[in-house]
Amino acid sequence: MRNQLSDTIVNIKPSGIRKFFDIVAEMNDPEVISLGVGEPDFDTPWHIRDEGIYSLEKGKTFYTSNSGLMELRTEICNYLSRRFNVQYDPRKQTLITVGGSEAIDIGLRALINPGDEVIIPQPCYVSYEPCAILTGAKPVIVNLKAENEFRLTAEELEEAITPKTKIVILPFPNNPTGAIMERSDLEAVARVIIEHDLMVMSDEIYAELTYKDKHVSIAEIPGMQERTLLINGFSKAYAMTGWRLGYVCGPEDIIAQMTKIHQFAIMCAPTTSQYAAVEALRNGDEDVDEMRRAYDQRRRYLVHEFRDIGMDCFEPFGAFYVFPSIQRFGMTSDEFATRLLKEQKLAVVPGTAFGDCGEGFLRISYAYSIESLKKAMGRIREFVKTI
Amino acid sequence: MDNIREDILTTIEKNSRIDINELAIRLGVEETEVANALAAMESEGIICGYHTMIDWDKTSIEKVSALIEVRVTPQREEGFDRIAERIYNYPEVTSVYLISGGYDLLVSIEGKSLKEVSQFVSEKLSTLDTVISTATHFILKRYKDHGTIMNTRTEDGREKVSP
Repeated sequence: MRNQLSDTIVNIKPSGIRKFFDIVAEMNDPEVISLGVGEPDFDTPWHIRDEGIYSLEKGKTFYTSNSGLMELRTEICNYLSRRFNVQYDPRKQTLITVGGSEAIDIGLRALINPGDEVIIPQPCYVSYEPCAILTGAKPVIVNLKAENEFRLTAEELEEAITPKTKIVILPFPNNPTGAIMERSDLEAVARVIIEHDLMVMSDEIYAELTYKDKHVSIAEIPGMQERTLLINGFSKAYAMTGWRLGYVCGPEDIIAQMTKIHQFAIMCAPTTSQYAAVEALRNGDEDVDEMRRAYDQRRRYLVHEFRDIGMDCFEPFGAFYVFPSIQRFGMTSDEFATRLLKEQKLAVVPGTAFGDCGEGFLRISYAYSIESLKKAMGRIREFVKTI
Repeated sequence: MDNIREDILTTIEKNSRIDINELAIRLGVEETEVANALAAMESEGIICGYHTMIDWDKTSIEKVSALIEVRVTPQREEGFDRIAERIYNYPEVTSVYLISGGYDLLVSIEGKSLKEVSQFVSEKLSTLDTVISTATHFILKRYKDHGTIMNTRTEDGREKVSP
């Protein structure tokens, strides 16, 4: 039989997360605890779930328009204006997607011609590089540095740019490092982007989870809105991962092309989720605030614990991850994480799952109760004593 | 109210056993600042006690609780305060609220048996001269109390590792 598979797909290497997931699954040991998840531990606030249920009771079980409920798009634009001071037209500049993930995929598909280069700062979320490859783009990786607190600098960006560069991915607040970009960082990067006439795909899914000043969107920097695709969603801020709902805002011509892909590939985002999301945006500010405070306490606790154990750990101001260094133990991230799992039954994700420059680091999630974090930190303490 | 006080209160409201050192780490302040704020709020009566949430139904100890609606005649100059005091001084009374609506006081009471609670109502409460009427509601099942759901699931429904 002839080769049935696409070479492009076969050549994409499997996610490093998947490998670790398989080891944990194979152990099938109830004693294993984990700091390895990338989703909130909170339940979706009840009033939001209730609104989803109510929409089902009323029989709202049909497709919505391709772009999503007008009511929801309007609430999204109100929210972005209220929280981040960016103005979008709900009719022409907003598209509701199946999670932020779909927006990443179709955004790249709408912008890339084969051979275009996409700049991807790593460590970062696992989907940008494969999605770029699927469009025929050439991913150009920028290795972010611990000494810069894993922020993207203008110099690093400048060095990666070639005449073929088309898009810069801006994944902040960052999974897995917890790094943020403050206004001055964004302004520096924006100057380079404008000078070279590039587009930005700004993945701001963790925007609500920042613990310093309020999150700044690069779309707010003068001259940037017309060259930015702003991606956000409900998963992280409202603890709604399973609802699969995100959105993208951007220039009308790009959103129109993205809507075309979305309409053929997806039709529309889940209807129940869209009704629940309207409620989230209208009455969810306090829930977000309460969850943010809880994360913030856990974040401080973990940074303190790692430093107390003697592991270097820069203070992350975003998302729900800390990214401690294990360089002084003379092991790779993979070895460290594998031994920690086997010997202390604690699952964490090696930094290399998010790019080669994650070597020497671990991603520790604090989407867990303080009690769970204490138990887990006890195991890391024990492990460090034995190596 | 300053932020640190609010943060302390919302945290210890859920877990009063947290130690001061840990609280300081979690709030990003000095330990002495937390200790001083706690001491001040105790002496100001903002923090009125540190209690334990117990599901007595899971023990072999018998407890009967009831909510009692009480209508009273308010007294000149003293309003409801005097009659409330006469009620809340009984140790079997666990809470007394003055409320709006069709009756005046909502009294909760805890006893060892139905008989004991009934006796309290008929002999002590109803016989107070300003009490006009009472309606006793025995509690059959406690679903949620002080913000705590009594039979809540604890397992983590998430995958152990995810991106």
